[in-house]
Amino acid sequence: MIGMVPAVNVAALKDTTLLNMAIFGLFVAVTMIIVIRASRNNKTAADYYAAGRSFTGPQNGTAIAGDYLSAASFLGITGAIAINGYDGFMYSIGFLVAWLVALLLVAELLRNTGKFTMADVLSFRLKQRPVRIAAAISTLAVCFFYLLAQMAGAGSLISLLLGISDWGGQALVIIVVGALMIMYVLIGGMKGTTWVQIIKAMLLIAGAAVMTFWVLAIYGFNLSDLLGGAVETANNPAVLNPGMQYGKSDTSKLDFMSLGLALVLGTAALPHVLMRFYTVPTAKEARKSVVWSIWLIGLFYLFTLVLGYGAAALVGAETIKTAPGGVNSAAPLLAFHLGGPLLLGFISAVAFATILAVVAGLTITAAASFAHDIYANVIAKGKADADTEVKVARRTVVVIGILAIVGGIFANGQNVAFLVALAFAVAASANLPTIIYSLFWRRFTTQGAIWSMYGGLASAIILIALSPVVSGTKTSMIQTVNFAVFPLSNPGIVSIPLAFFLGWLGTVLDKKLEDTTKQAEMEVRSLTGVGAEKAVEH
Amino acid sequence: MGNDAPTPDVAASVDFKQVQSTEQFQELRKRHRSFVFPMAVAFLLWYFAYVLLADYAVDFMSTKVWGNINIGLIMGLLQFVSTFAITGWYVSYSNRRLDPIAAEIRHEIEGHEFDKDGNRVSGTAK
Repeated sequence: MIGMVPAVNVAALKDTTLLNMAIFGLFVAVTMIIVIRASRNNKTAADYYAAGRSFTGPQNGTAIAGDYLSAASFLGITGAIAINGYDGFMYSIGFLVAWLVALLLVAELLRNTGKFTMADVLSFRLKQRPVRIAAAISTLAVCFFYLLAQMAGAGSLISLLLGISDWGGQALVIIVVGALMIMYVLIGGMKGTTWVQIIKAMLLIAGAAVMTFWVLAIYGFNLSDLLGGAVETANNPAVLNPGMQYGKSDTSKLDFMSLGLALVLGTAALPHVLMRFYTVPTAKEARKSVVWSIWLIGLFYLFTLVLGYGAAALVGAETIKTAPGGVNSAAPLLAFHLGGPLLLGFISAVAFATILAVVAGLTITAAASFAHDIYANVIAKGKADADTEVKVARRTVVVIGILAIVGGIFANGQNVAFLVALAFAVAASANLPTIIYSLFWRRFTTQGAIWSMYGGLASAIILIALSPVVSGTKTSMIQTVNFAVFPLSNPGIVSIPLAFFLGWLGTVLDKKLEDTTKQAEMEVRSLTGVGAEKAVEH
Repeated sequence: MGNDAPTPDVAASVDFKQVQSTEQFQELRKRHRSFVFPMAVAFLLWYFAYVLLADYAVDFMSTKVWGNINIGLIMGLLQFVSTFAITGWYVSYSNRRLDPIAAEIRHEIEGHEFDKDGNRVSGTAK
């Protein structure tokens, strides 16, 4: 078996379109029934935003894995390993190690002090209005970048999985995905969204497990032989060594450091991940959630190592690169090679469900931040009742859904892969320093928070705009002009230290001291759970 | 339990500065920080050492150890192992050293909660 380069007939993939659609339709039908059943108890704001804080640690941990393992993780990392070998694997390690920041420094303390959003924690002991507005703006920015990346990615997935290559057909599918997402979030709120994540995560991990087992079985459960197969098909021993993608030049090496920094420090500050910690009843369950998600995500990335090298060995990098969908087609092509149309249909449906679920999670986070932070606490100055707030949140869901559809249609075909990296960089620069300082640094003040959040947000966005991903090269978003004065594609290595520095500088230059009573309250509550929001009883 | 719902608001009547200054709370704070800070620094250093090696010591990382398995792959897999190990270590540390003392402080606060007039305020009906 080893050494044989099998032919995968890419044209045959189109014949499976109907099967793919049928399996995806089944997923939608089953999850919709569950969402409707789960949402019967949605009465209050805590129900809508935080699922009544009624999920268990393992359930929430599975949902977090579902939120985190986006199509970019599954298709992107498998494809990156299949084509760039070892460097794709390095990418997945950053995504996993990052969870230790969430486990050690953020999850439990946040659960104990906050209510619904990230801004609840950041504005706890500082001045409400300015800090809440800044936190909401950065939440909305991260959600918007991430959402746009997912919706744009949907277009290229469609061309691969459903064989729809014309612009109008792809636009129609993007509209269907967006409309389904709006329905899930409107009807189900956080409870429904969480169930969609749980089901999707289980299907994704099960599918990847079956494929991993299959690939390993082909190579007699010998990892070394599998790697040998990849080397032989690629005819290049370097696929096993670092450097194929990031080792090209000094700039690309530095770029990888910058990306690594953003991944490791950004994950624990992604608003849609933070919001998931409010769906459990206690800090201890929040800890259990992270433990579960670390195991599931770690296991999944070990699978992608086998799948990536499996695709390199059994399908071959050349076939993958020329298939519709390019790098993203590695996992589907491998599924087709192993299990024929049925396994391809299953994997394709799971990839679709992944986009749907991740988009739903982002939308409810953005809507909660707008309704709870901007509307209820800033516009209505805390006088809005919970019903009005949830009503505003629901309307925001519709607006965001429509924006996502329109953005997705226009971004379709554009090279917007940098948006996911940008979302992580913004989270790590604008959010993480303020989260860490306000939880652990007694002296931290409002001015420090404002400088750090706006400074981190602005520097990350400006540096990306001035980087080669936006202009100047063949792979840029705008190829015709060149204003790329910043050489790196990832701004983290500059913007993250800058935001930490600004938080410190703003604080030491601040003549006003913050309320020490509030600081004491936050510290005691974060560590002991006194007065933490309880689960809703129905 | 919405924004204005009558949550049993323990927080409103607790003297948090007093709680913060107790020896018991200071002990909890010390135990928490003395674990999470060194551990966070350690895993970040280990991760960036790995990234630096993969970036700038390609020949070393490409050294084959067993069959096609090289040092780079082993170090990458060790990142998984260390992540799982730190996770397990933190959970066992919290269960033994943090949770009991946090629960004690919480019960003390919630159990002795009276407002200015001496009426119990914690656990009031929703």
